Amino acid sequence: MSSLRRRLFLLLAAATGAIWLCAVAWTFICSRAELERVLDTRLQEAARMVHSLVAAGNMATAADAPAFEETSYSRQLSCQIWSLGGRLLARSSGAPMQNLARDGEGFVEHMVAGEIWRVYTIVDKAKDVRVSVGDRVGLRNQLVRDLVAGLVAPALLIVPLLGLMIWLSLGRGLKPLNAIAGEIALRRGDDMSAIADGEAPSEVRPLIAALNGLFGKVEAARRHEREITAFAAHELRTPLAGLKTQVQVALAASDPAVRDKALRQTLVSVDRTNRLARQLLALARLEAMPDAAAREPVDLGAALREVDEAAPKRDGVVVAIDPALDGCMLTTEPLSLSLILRNLHENALGHMTGPGRICWRLAPDGAGLLLEDEGPGIPAPELPQVTQRFFRGSTRGTSGTGLGLTIAEMAAGRIGAVLSLENRSDRSGLRCRLGWNAAGESRS
Amino acid sequence: MRILVVEDDPILAEGLKTGLGLAGWTVDQVGDCEQARAAIAVGGFDALVLDLMLPDGSGLDLLAEMRRARDATPVLLLTALDETPDRIRGLDAGADDYLGKPFDLDELAARLRALSRRGAGRSEASLSLGGLVLHPATLGASLDGRPVSLSRREFALLSALMERPDVIRSRAELEDRLYGWQEEVESNAVEVHIHNLRAKIGRAAIETVRGVGYRMRRPS
Repeated sequence: MSSLRRRLFLLLAAATGAIWLCAVAWTFICSRAELERVLDTRLQEAARMVHSLVAAGNMATAADAPAFEETSYSRQLSCQIWSLGGRLLARSSGAPMQNLARDGEGFVEHMVAGEIWRVYTIVDKAKDVRVSVGDRVGLRNQLVRDLVAGLVAPALLIVPLLGLMIWLSLGRGLKPLNAIAGEIALRRGDDMSAIADGEAPSEVRPLIAALNGLFGKVEAARRHEREITAFAAHELRTPLAGLKTQVQVALAASDPAVRDKALRQTLVSVDRTNRLARQLLALARLEAMPDAAAREPVDLGAALREVDEAAPKRDGVVVAIDPALDGCMLTTEPLSLSLILRNLHENALGHMTGPGRICWRLAPDGAGLLLEDEGPGIPAPELPQVTQRFFRGSTRGTSGTGLGLTIAEMAAGRIGAVLSLENRSDRSGLRCRLGWNAAGESRS
Repeated sequence: MRILVVEDDPILAEGLKTGLGLAGWTVDQVGDCEQARAAIAVGGFDALVLDLMLPDGSGLDLLAEMRRARDATPVLLLTALDETPDRIRGLDAGADDYLGKPFDLDELAARLRALSRRGAGRSEASLSLGGLVLHPATLGASLDGRPVSLSRREFALLSALMERPDVIRSRAELEDRLYGWQEEVESNAVEVHIHNLRAKIGRAAIETVRGVGYRMRRPS
């Protein structure tokens, strides 16, 4: 698992380290250049000093001068005085016997007795002397190294301290994020309340907003599912309770009339429960169906006749199917269409309170099917709700499951058709319209 | 022993009415909250059987309304939502008992007996006065140890009188206990039942208070 803190720490440590190394390199180069300049100036000055002494005729003093107490940097400078003829006239103590300068004037570097020397030479032709003052380059380098080491050593000690401080600062800086992560981790699995973003830094707010949005959606979906489950449980268990009660009444009754009635009610209840189970299955199937099912031309007249034959017969109710529908072809998903027709048909049948007619016909514009019944219709305020699951309205006495219109509307949505319901204006009753686009083919 | 059943499923409601009737109850049944409110306002029920999901609202709201109005009638919730949290919510809303659908009719009857017993402030299952003992669970009765055969209505009438000894019960009150709204009541039905009861348990057992009603006295 990648840690934001570790990642930031590595980035910051690398950046700080690089800058620090650059600073060391810069210090090293600058110090070295400065040191070279200072040491060169010293060589020059020493050479001039010796030359002025020689010019004043005081040569012996220089050679006999007592040696200083030796330190690590002692005997840095060596001085030789040569005649122009090549004879060593004098040298400082510790200076090599070989000629430091050979020929020429000014600064020169060369190897003497296995060491590199930097030498400054003054040639005085009038006095016939050549004064050379030199120091060892190795010693110079040692000096630079010691100087840089003095700068770098404390810095090296600081490095772990710096790392620790970066690490701690990161921990502190990431605290709001940790706090939010902690809050989310501590939640109960079903806690979908929004995360408070009052204290959250602006960088984290979009994340919190997205999470809260997600929580909201999940909660809504869960609530919906819970409602459906509760409804389904209620709708399944109530007829079962009715069945059980009626059977117990039949068992307990001594009066044959009571027993017969209870048994007849049991039969009705079994039929109702069966229809409910069938419709719940249809609903589940509709929800699980793949988006694109195979479409084929369906003869509307034939499909309606099939639905009518399968539907339970009601005494005194005439089902009229407009002959114009025969041969009227609709290219669609046959299963969805048959679910719509069947549920609308059963719904119309179920709402017929007495003898009457239910009539299927083609819409006048040819782009839809109309179904009219002669039942009580639906009270206007309830019209928008009737396609909700298990909505049965306030008009009781019907034995509907409250799922028929839900299934019809859902299946209509699948085949790209529109189901609209209205009360008839010519008489009591409901008019359902299943509309599709004018090309006579339902889109999916 | 009169109860109100609030249930919208016609088959279940009809079964409850017949079944609880066989168990000795006088049952009134309504199918939605509105009718239930009207029935509760009239009152006179020993217990209520209440479905939670009604077409025009939730039984829980109805229950809460009753309890707010200080109506202490025992209520048994009848519902398909019988997960533990649902039960807790129902009981906390003021219900006295809870049965999940589908239920056993005999269990429902027994629970209702227990509820109405508690509602009347008794704890023993049988009802006794002098040598007369009633067993609501079996609708059986005995007088000085000998079994007495009573019709359902006679049993209900006798238990109404025995529940509150020394208290005069009016004829209208007794009629309410005996008959639901939907039942035809003969004008002299109570007198006829009293007459038959006296033939079975003795003339002196039930006293007529002229112009007021009937009562049974606690033996002195």
